[in-house]
Amino acid sequence: MERGEKGTTQNMRSISYSRVADVATAIATVTADPDAAYLAGGTTKVDMLRIYAEPSQRLVDINDLPINHIELQPDGAVRLGALARMNDVAMSPIVAQRYPLLAEALVLGASAQLRNMASMGGNMLQRTRCSYFRDHEAACNKRVPGSGCSALTGVNRGHAVLGTSEHCIAAHPSDAAVALSALDAVIHVQNRDGHHAYAIDDFFLAPEDTPEREHPLQHGDLITAIEIPPLPMARDSLYLKVRDRESYEFALVSVALALRVEGGAVAEVRMALGGVATKPWRARRAEHALLGRPATHEHFLHAAREETADAVPRSMNGFKIELARRTMVRALETVTARGGTP
Amino acid sequence: MTTAIGRPIDRVDGPAKVTGAGRYSADVPLPGLVHAVVVGSRIPAGRIISIDTRAAEQANGVLAVLTHLNLPKGGSVPPLVPSLAGAAATGQTFFPMQDEVIHYAGQHVAVVVAETLEQAEHAATLLRIDYAAAPFVTTVEQGREQAYEARRIFGGFLPGRVERGDVDAGLAEAAVTVDLGYRYAANHHNPIECSATTAVWQGDRLTVYDATQGPNATLHTLAELLNVMPSHIRVVTDFVGGSFGCKAMIWDHPALAALAARHVGRPVRLALSREQMFSSVGHREQQEQQLTLGADAQGRLTAVRHHKLSPTSHFDDWAEPSLGVASQLYACPNYQGVYRLIRANTMTPTFTRCPGEASGMFALETALDELAERLGLDPLEIRLRNYAETTPGDGTPWSSKKLRECYRRGAELAGWDRRDPRVGALRDGDTLLGWGMATSAYPCYQPGNPQRARARLYADGSAVVQASISDIGTGSATAMTQVAADGLGVQLERVRFQYGDSDLPNTAAAVGSAGAGMVSAAVHVATTALRDQLIAQALADPGSPLHGADPRQVTVAEGRMALRERPDVGETYAALLQRAFMADAEAVGTWNPPPDTSGGSMTFGAQFAQVAVDPDLGLVRVRRLIGVFDAGRILNRKTAHSQLMGGMIWGMSHALLEGTRMGPDGRWANASLGEYLVPVNADAPEVVVETVESTDTVVNPLGVKGVGEVGMVGTAAAIANAIHHATGKRLHRLPITIEDLL
Repeated sequence: MERGEKGTTQNMRSISYSRVADVATAIATVTADPDAAYLAGGTTKVDMLRIYAEPSQRLVDINDLPINHIELQPDGAVRLGALARMNDVAMSPIVAQRYPLLAEALVLGASAQLRNMASMGGNMLQRTRCSYFRDHEAACNKRVPGSGCSALTGVNRGHAVLGTSEHCIAAHPSDAAVALSALDAVIHVQNRDGHHAYAIDDFFLAPEDTPEREHPLQHGDLITAIEIPPLPMARDSLYLKVRDRESYEFALVSVALALRVEGGAVAEVRMALGGVATKPWRARRAEHALLGRPATHEHFLHAAREETADAVPRSMNGFKIELARRTMVRALETVTARGGTP
Repeated sequence: MTTAIGRPIDRVDGPAKVTGAGRYSADVPLPGLVHAVVVGSRIPAGRIISIDTRAAEQANGVLAVLTHLNLPKGGSVPPLVPSLAGAAATGQTFFPMQDEVIHYAGQHVAVVVAETLEQAEHAATLLRIDYAAAPFVTTVEQGREQAYEARRIFGGFLPGRVERGDVDAGLAEAAVTVDLGYRYAANHHNPIECSATTAVWQGDRLTVYDATQGPNATLHTLAELLNVMPSHIRVVTDFVGGSFGCKAMIWDHPALAALAARHVGRPVRLALSREQMFSSVGHREQQEQQLTLGADAQGRLTAVRHHKLSPTSHFDDWAEPSLGVASQLYACPNYQGVYRLIRANTMTPTFTRCPGEASGMFALETALDELAERLGLDPLEIRLRNYAETTPGDGTPWSSKKLRECYRRGAELAGWDRRDPRVGALRDGDTLLGWGMATSAYPCYQPGNPQRARARLYADGSAVVQASISDIGTGSATAMTQVAADGLGVQLERVRFQYGDSDLPNTAAAVGSAGAGMVSAAVHVATTALRDQLIAQALADPGSPLHGADPRQVTVAEGRMALRERPDVGETYAALLQRAFMADAEAVGTWNPPPDTSGGSMTFGAQFAQVAVDPDLGLVRVRRLIGVFDAGRILNRKTAHSQLMGGMIWGMSHALLEGTRMGPDGRWANASLGEYLVPVNADAPEVVVETVESTDTVVNPLGVKGVGEVGMVGTAAAIANAIHHATGKRLHRLPITIEDLL
């Protein structure tokens, strides 16, 4: 159809859709076309397309790929297929018994409807909720590199205080990734050239001066699985999420914690923070401060302070630093009080 | 007489709503329908230098791109008059796209019309608009220095300053005073259904399907804005998915839809997006209040001084009347209330559920709690000591008031007297518990015009009763069916209430908690007129067993007229009409409202809240809300209690969640349901609602005082007072969030 004096017609942006049934075809299809993208649960992708935050795309639906299983490996690790749904993982006895912190993080995320749709692989790639990222009228280095960061001086109550840069202070939105960070999960990725495995800490990138880069994936790379190494002490673990609203809201602060106390001292600890950082934040400073020390309020508080020592508050989010400390202490005291018996 | 009134009847429109059969204003299927999308200004102040529409105009499916350069001229903007007056009711005295000047962010600057919604949305992204930005003010903080005292506010209906007695003398003689500053975030309404209008012209006649609280308000406003005769406009509103005030006044989108429809010669649907709802249909303004109370040693108020400061638009002196109820509730001889305004680059604020009552009473009811603490009085006792037996202004009697009974019953339900009143004394593990209470009151506003309804009874005894009112989700269609059944004396199942159409007998907009009272009055007058007409016909009919009887001795039940003392003597309406070869009988009823009674007529309530506070993490969770209300007569206990419960949960939301934040760029920064928090089911506490029925012979024939808003009024204060009881902290801002409690 053509109209207009010059005979030119502006076509609506085209979004095409195709469905593939095996991993190799999926990777080949997307790799061959720079405008192509994988479509899994669609709970972020479709939103982003609807608000014109992403360009025209050729969507390749991968929901038929056989990568949705939750499997206990011979070595005791648990492998989550990238297309396993959030709810399936949360309800899986394999996960719930071994990694309660992950099951809790999943159940406390999003809403039941979203959890039924959203995939674990997609969860790792979900985009920040920074309102300026989704707002075309605002400057955002993540959306348009070099355009600036409206959040630095804007409404930033929900923004990050850890891992920030002068280019971006957007908080990472995932709960599940925080628990997986505490669990030292491994992200398995496949592409045309083969298979890669990323330690979760290397998978999520702090913004620094390239906030548009959130992970090391190249075009065509497909997350196939998330592997969680065995961690016996995680059987007594928790995910504590603090937010204004009781449900269906992102964390102001969250703490994923696995802790083993022996003879009154911290024998093993894994801790990660959500809601306060630009990536799922492994609390290594706090872990270091806790290890071998008495499991007491004073030491917990000290460790929490260590972790937030370099936090950078902005105009509205300074309270998150104190809230993060208190939430860490609460989590540590809660698990300690259980006395190691789940 | 049957007694349908009061029964907890299920909603008559319920099945259509839950099955999806109900057609809302953006659902109406019309042949040839096309879609309009509005585009809002990116900047809050300045002017448009240029709009490049070429790419949009050439996009697939696009029929028109309207801007200030080519928008067809209409009529003129009527004055801002609340829609309860029954006339034109523009939300602001500004109509966009008349010139290049920008007054607020989101101001509509273009309308794109295309064959499909997606094509229109896409074309809207292709517009290239260059602006010259100008300095702006959008917040109290930015505009404090240029504040002025308003001469009148609220569409000119209320004075900017009210005084009685001598407030300085009252404060001088006080044994105790409190002087407190309050801050409130702006709020937006966020009904489920975004505002939408579908407009279709047939020659010079216009039909509009509009999501509105008043089909007639839309009609009269469009008549003026478009310069079309009211007789040539029909407004239909079958279903409304909530409003809470954002559809109480008529904004520019219905007129833009009509202008676009005329321009392209096709029916046009214009539905606002969720984001556009934050800058197209008004809001509750950000505000500050300063409240000074003086009391004698017994806790009796000697003075109340209440000042408010808030931003309004560049067009209108609007402030929600935050000082109104708070000035009328307690017996206090010395009072001063002053509204100060700031000219700001926002649209004109508007009614938002409990417009003013919620914010003003939050200040008064938390300040009273502090005063009680200073005097060592129980919070309930200080309210009883200041109980106004007559209206504080001129001492006239209340039209009805059973507030004392509400206090008593609410305290009983809460176990108020058994609680440990010491701060921080109640615990549940590490959680601090607290109880708080507050008074609620909401004026009984009266419509400005006569309210009409028509009743028609068919020869088989079934009836249709009509009035133009829309049911905005409150259950009014169900309640009016009950009123009509009782008025006629027929079974509920035989009555259909027809509504939501400006062609039906005139009513004002369903606003200000006044809808049930005013429309029930018209329906009652119409149906009892028809009943009396049929009784008179029977008495005059030699063929009737009631021939020659005393009309005062005739009663009607289940469609049968009979003598009160001899129920066996009588006949049905159907028999009467069939004998006379009449297919139906009809009567129109007109109810002329009394002069405004809102000063001496109110819905009252006592509210109690129990909160649980996690003191380390700053988390407040409401465990119980108890509300006991005197709302006059209850038409439907189920829908009325749902209204009150919804109001209470909204009050909780006002207290703890809702706030629209203005960004430094002069735009609302959290214009989405992801970031503007409203409560979810997990937040909803146990809610206990009771009503104490009072007989009110002043407000309207059935004594209905209204339940739409009063449930919200005292909730936030009761919660804040409970937080103090739990933690010892006095919080003077809304919403109260985690950072306030760390």
